[in-house]
Amino acid sequence: MFVLPLHLPLAASDSRPWLPSQSSTVAGDVDAVFHLILWISLAFFVGIVGSLVWFVIRYRRRHGVPAKREVHHSTWLEVTWSVIPFILLIVIFAAGFTTFMGMAAEPDECYEIKVVGKKWVWSYQYPNGYIDDALHIPVDRPIKLVLSSDDVIHSVYIPAFRVKRDVIPGRYTSLVFEATETGTFDLFCAEYCGTKHSDMYSDVIVHPSGEFEAWLEKASNYLETMSPAEAGQVLYKRRGCAQCHSVDGSQMVGPSFYRLFGREAILDTGDTIDVDENYIRESILEPQARARAGYRKVMPTYQGQLKDEEIAAIIEYIKTLED
Amino acid sequence: MSITTEPRPLPSLTTPHRGERQSQSYLTSERGILSWVYTLDHKRIGVMYLVGILTSFLVGGVMALLVRTELLTPGRTIMDADTYNHMFTLHGAIMTFLFIIPSIPAALGNFVLPLMVGAKDVAFPRMNLASLYLWIFGAVFLVAAMALNGLDTGWTFYTPYSTTTNSSVISATLGVFILGFSSIFTGINFIATVHTMRPKGMTWFRMPLFLWSLYATAIIQVLATPVLGITLMLLIAERVAGIGIFDPALGGDPVLYQHFFWFYSHPAVYIMILPAMGIISELISTFSRTRIFGYRFLCYSSIAIALLGFLVWGHHMFTSESAMAAVIFSALTFSVSIPSGIKIFNWLATLYKGSITLTTPMCFAISFIVLFALGGLTGLFLGALATDVHLHDTYFVVAHFHYVMMGGTLMAFIGGLFYWWPKMFGRMYNEFWGRMSCLGIFIGFNWTFFPQFLLGTKGMPRRYYNYQPEFQGLHVVSTTGAFILGVGLVICAAVLVHSLFRGRKAPANPWGVATMEWQTSSPPPVHNFEQSPKVTDPYDLSDFVLCEESGNYDRPSAGKKQKKPGEITA
Repeated sequence: MFVLPLHLPLAASDSRPWLPSQSSTVAGDVDAVFHLILWISLAFFVGIVGSLVWFVIRYRRRHGVPAKREVHHSTWLEVTWSVIPFILLIVIFAAGFTTFMGMAAEPDECYEIKVVGKKWVWSYQYPNGYIDDALHIPVDRPIKLVLSSDDVIHSVYIPAFRVKRDVIPGRYTSLVFEATETGTFDLFCAEYCGTKHSDMYSDVIVHPSGEFEAWLEKASNYLETMSPAEAGQVLYKRRGCAQCHSVDGSQMVGPSFYRLFGREAILDTGDTIDVDENYIRESILEPQARARAGYRKVMPTYQGQLKDEEIAAIIEYIKTLED
Repeated sequence: MSITTEPRPLPSLTTPHRGERQSQSYLTSERGILSWVYTLDHKRIGVMYLVGILTSFLVGGVMALLVRTELLTPGRTIMDADTYNHMFTLHGAIMTFLFIIPSIPAALGNFVLPLMVGAKDVAFPRMNLASLYLWIFGAVFLVAAMALNGLDTGWTFYTPYSTTTNSSVISATLGVFILGFSSIFTGINFIATVHTMRPKGMTWFRMPLFLWSLYATAIIQVLATPVLGITLMLLIAERVAGIGIFDPALGGDPVLYQHFFWFYSHPAVYIMILPAMGIISELISTFSRTRIFGYRFLCYSSIAIALLGFLVWGHHMFTSESAMAAVIFSALTFSVSIPSGIKIFNWLATLYKGSITLTTPMCFAISFIVLFALGGLTGLFLGALATDVHLHDTYFVVAHFHYVMMGGTLMAFIGGLFYWWPKMFGRMYNEFWGRMSCLGIFIGFNWTFFPQFLLGTKGMPRRYYNYQPEFQGLHVVSTTGAFILGVGLVICAAVLVHSLFRGRKAPANPWGVATMEWQTSSPPPVHNFEQSPKVTDPYDLSDFVLCEESGNYDRPSAGKKQKKPGEITA
């Protein structure tokens, strides 16, 4: 990666309290640019405010004494205080530019994960097809996230890695980075997307070398290792259902799953239907086909995103929600 | 030096002063509400604008306090998520479109500009009244959105969220569209007035700097606002007719909306700051009792900011546009800081070897320099590519724009209001409490917004109802500051309102300034000047003499043979 070495003596490469941990390969460089700008800004700010305070005190009006300044313009002064800032601005631009180009560069070998954002949940699809609601990655390996949105613009932001990329419907965008520390980090949605924008959160879990593959293997087999109802509960939490449907009867954006199965429900057309396996399956794949009365029609479709056995597992889980 | 109020109560503002001669002020010349509704007097229009924008500021400010109260705790504090989203959206929309964009040009500019060119009114008085009507009309649509389904898109209306949400986007954007015309008409009027109504002898480089700044602002208003108008029309068409320009589900491009929107909205921030900078030039020179330093560079820098401001809109989109576009916009963005820096350095040079008094307007001008410098410098972090990736859409941006818009424009606006208040209403105010309000506002402002830089660098996104618990400490600090800021602003309002009832009668020229608006009574008569005002060098303060008793600055050489005012060459 082409990155200008900008580790000034004043900006140590360990993190400062006003910034998150430096947990990616680019974090140190980004922070170096930050501190370059910070020191230049501080110098100018102290200079400006210092002069201001000094002049206001020193040239305070004395009764009967007029202002003493005779010079009211100075071309060389104007040129000086244009040229010097201009040079400093070029330095700042160059620093930001070179680090940015380094961040954008895509290594030849990346581990690719597909990310789908939709109101108001992230889902991560791993190369073997397994989908999880947390971003698991191996440490010290270039990762490429392929981002898409099902509805409105979202944005993936991982402060500890100093990366951010908008997730735009109708196209793919991508984000490349490499984690340098193991642990758990925050991933936020950084583009306002409605009611639960601030809840659209994921953990980023960085696995030590060798452990990531083991995790993926184990996680991928959950449908085999768990009962359908347990697998359904996992899906309920991971695939965004929990954002809008409660399991304890409390009112949320969508109908609660508590004591739902086998009962009658009223549609917005006024008709009454039985909540059976077919209705639940239809509601997942074509949510607006027969919507419940009294709820906003905001549920996105999971067509193509849930396998038949996953839908079956969710139905089994809902059946268990009786007390 | 404090100015105390008179012991006996004065007549009210709208009743003529006992013993006043034949010409009444513009406030008392005609009575009745219809005389205000149908007025063509730029001074009355300015006063009505003032009432309107200050009311909007109050509404937007209350919303801000509600938002900050909600943010005291990570989870729900006083409202649910949807209400919060509506609250911050309307705070932004009302403050941006109803308050800060019109503020200085419409409320102060309308009043002062014709007086500063020695004219009776602006070039198109009826268009001026139309501007006001359009402001009111637009405000009605925007506020109606609150009464209907609210507005929850953020003030930026990004698509496709704004084309698919069920809040009252159409009502609100229609309101903004109408407000845009109010702004355009003001811009046309000011350009025409400055071009055609300057008196003989007032060449371009003998104009006061406030006029230069209003002129540069008017250029932006006229060229940029139509783009916003069209963009919002397209947004409405998308919602109503599904034309498929922004929504990818219909074959459109959501990032195209961002380009269209920011093509106006970036120059819009220069509409906000340029007139403010014009006021600061006037205040700094007046209260240093010396000629402004670097006059010509200050003129050129206003024009430079206005023009360069059109080239940088893509810096709002570094995370959604191509890398090449980002690089170009980052480079262009840094160019705008040079003329802004030139202004700050020239103001400091004006203070050097001046004779400085810390009157209330001067306190606000000094606050402006500190806060605008800080806000402007933090723009560097956002203009640089690598750091912007981390800071975009975080609280760092929120802090940055509040420092430049509130610490900048609002401070200059209040400073200008205190400066021209005696001229507008014929009353002096309590200096001590005026300065105290500045102190309260300065302290409260920093207390509120400085912690937000730290929230941003630590990774807290903006427009967040819930947040991670580790951010709570800084939020509590910020909210505390917000209430202190509110108190400071209330004191400021109280000082001004009190002066209307109890303030000492203001002389024609309480500050000893050479610009033309001070060559008429305070407040002025309807036709502005009893006698034709004299064109002089607007920054030559050398031959003013203060009459201690009346508080008025006279010019003994007035009436005697004037030496021809030279061009200002600085």
